[in-house]
Amino acid sequence: MSTPVKNPETQVKRPDESLFKRLTRQQLFIPVAALVLLVLFNLIADPSFFTVSIKENSLGNPVLSGNIISVLDNASELVILAIGMTLVTASSGGQDISVGATMAIAGSVILRMVCGGQVTADTMQMNLLLAVFIGIVVTMCFGAFNGALVAYFNIQPMVATLIMYTAGRSIAAWINNNQLPIINDIGFKYAGTFLPGIPVPTPIFITILMIVIFWLVLKFTNLGLYTQSVGINPNSSRLNGINPQMVKLLTYVILGACVAIAGFIRVSRSGSINYSRIAENIEMDAILAVALGGNALSGGKFNIYGSILGAYVIQFLTTTLYKYEVPSTALPAYKAVVVILLVVLSAPVVREKLANMKKAPAKASKEVA
Amino acid sequence: MPKGIAVDNRGRLKERAAMSDTNLLLTITVVVFFILYLYAIVFLGGSFAKPQNFLNILNNNASLIVLSCGMSIVMITGGIDISVGGVTCLVCMVSAVNLERQGGNLFTVILIGLGIGLAFGVVQGFLVAHLGIQPFIISLAGMFFAKGMTTIVSKEPVRVTNEAFLAVKDTRVTVPGLGSYNKLNQYIPAYVEVGVIIALVVVVLLFCLLRWTRLGRAFYAVGGNNQSANMLGINVRRTKFLAHVLCSLLAGLGGILYFLHVGSGDVANAAGDEMNAIASSIIGGTLLTGGVGNIAGTFFGVLSLNTIKRIVASLGFDQAWWSNITVAAMLCLFLVIQSIVLLRKNKK
Repeated sequence: MSTPVKNPETQVKRPDESLFKRLTRQQLFIPVAALVLLVLFNLIADPSFFTVSIKENSLGNPVLSGNIISVLDNASELVILAIGMTLVTASSGGQDISVGATMAIAGSVILRMVCGGQVTADTMQMNLLLAVFIGIVVTMCFGAFNGALVAYFNIQPMVATLIMYTAGRSIAAWINNNQLPIINDIGFKYAGTFLPGIPVPTPIFITILMIVIFWLVLKFTNLGLYTQSVGINPNSSRLNGINPQMVKLLTYVILGACVAIAGFIRVSRSGSINYSRIAENIEMDAILAVALGGNALSGGKFNIYGSILGAYVIQFLTTTLYKYEVPSTALPAYKAVVVILLVVLSAPVVREKLANMKKAPAKASKEVA
Repeated sequence: MPKGIAVDNRGRLKERAAMSDTNLLLTITVVVFFILYLYAIVFLGGSFAKPQNFLNILNNNASLIVLSCGMSIVMITGGIDISVGGVTCLVCMVSAVNLERQGGNLFTVILIGLGIGLAFGVVQGFLVAHLGIQPFIISLAGMFFAKGMTTIVSKEPVRVTNEAFLAVKDTRVTVPGLGSYNKLNQYIPAYVEVGVIIALVVVVLLFCLLRWTRLGRAFYAVGGNNQSANMLGINVRRTKFLAHVLCSLLAGLGGILYFLHVGSGDVANAAGDEMNAIASSIIGGTLLTGGVGNIAGTFFGVLSLNTIKRIVASLGFDQAWWSNITVAAMLCLFLVIQSIVLLRKNKK
């Protein structure tokens, strides 16, 4: 299922239609158009936005810096979450709003492991990979909890995950007895900053690795097919020998693993954690990324690359707004306006009306086809 | 969802099955609330038995009651509105700035509150009902917008010193027949704030609206099944639109009540209240799938939610995190109970 999902209509050749109209029917049209608009805006307003320079970081290593690098770097968590969120959305027709809170849990668990239960640690008390693995297992359990509520108790995903959304940050604080562990080992921060000698931020590599893993999984397994079929019609999937509940549960567990990786990147950026602020509102951004990518939030067909692109667009927007000195607290208002515009433009009703406003012959040929 | 539509002895149509879902869940909520409160009185004693302690739950949550009622209505029609907390926060801030810096009065505050609510409701309702966009995304953007606008209006907390406003804010309406003796054996009558009375009036009005009016019935019908509601001649779009307008309008009113309670505009006002409102509605027996719910249940949902918060606090788990974890556990319990009850009913 690696081929991007297209609207069946788009595969019918209609030579009399303009190129523009065919373009707007593509699923990826909205995120690409948004990205192009943002790039154009920045090019016209201030071309220096795109300069990439080499600077020395605090360790004396030469590293790349610039707005583009910071977009790619800071979008990492969002991209990884958006991948998992797409699967969850497709299979269950709902979204997991607890990802920010479970990221706090993952970060808290990993920090507790590497700090060995102390408040501050200068060296890691545990193998980093093992700590991350434990973090992944823990959040997969929370994912399974969410998934079980959704799949076996038939609770709407938004409501089922509201439980973890409410409790997650408290559980994260509880894990560390409300202390804020700090690790000063430079080895811990490699994953969130730079590896020695490599000028590209490590989160970019982790993101690429995750994208490749999911590309391979979707290419060589039936996960994508099963997820879509369950999302479109669970009953007929069951009659075809798919266990819809199992598939839903699986997507939530996969999202749990994604959350742990994202949480790990986030805590390793600073080596510390703030339970109530870490990854605040990231669940909203992740859902928006899925919606921006042209995926129906009611489930069914999905395009994982659309979501990835959507995540980068959102981060691009955030970085652009920061550059024009929009205070971080006022950021949501601007984002909201952009989101509403995008969602309205991609609404089926509006698209239909826009299409009908153009000449009638196109409509006639549609009926013939 | 409605399995049997029966005709009563006067020939009127009655939705038996759908309403009994509602009543069943309502009964569970009310019973749980009384068990919780009795537990608190028996095992934690003293303070819970005082009438004032109970009334303080109302005093502190007048705005949440109104927000939750609005949320229930949207949820009954099968939607959701998570912008209510943001609208509350925005109304508080704009009202505070208006009173302090622009010489406003109580009348302008009411106008601002309802105006902001109406504006949010009309925009969100139009986008949801007429353009068919998912209510979650639209109200998410609404929440972002309201919270961002709040900080644009003022980042610093604005305390109100307007005397006429403070007079209303501090008005205490004593409840006849209730009261308690303090340590000096003086009788202190129990009181409620003005906001509570407004909130209770709203609850009663909405209860009547949902139960006995055409619009109220339309809300249930649309939430139960869009298409059959359409075939029954109900204007589905208009009904959904009105539900969102009503919800945001109530959020505006909730903002006024919140403002009356705290007397300041602050970015942190009503933080997380959208989730509290959703939780209250769910505990009160409203299903997010739509078609099932009850305003009385929502009212008891708010009470249950805050009772359990108080019980946890007085059990000695005073760290803030315990409150959140217990609320989540309670939510989980209720969701599972509802799910099991409904699954069993559907199997029959």
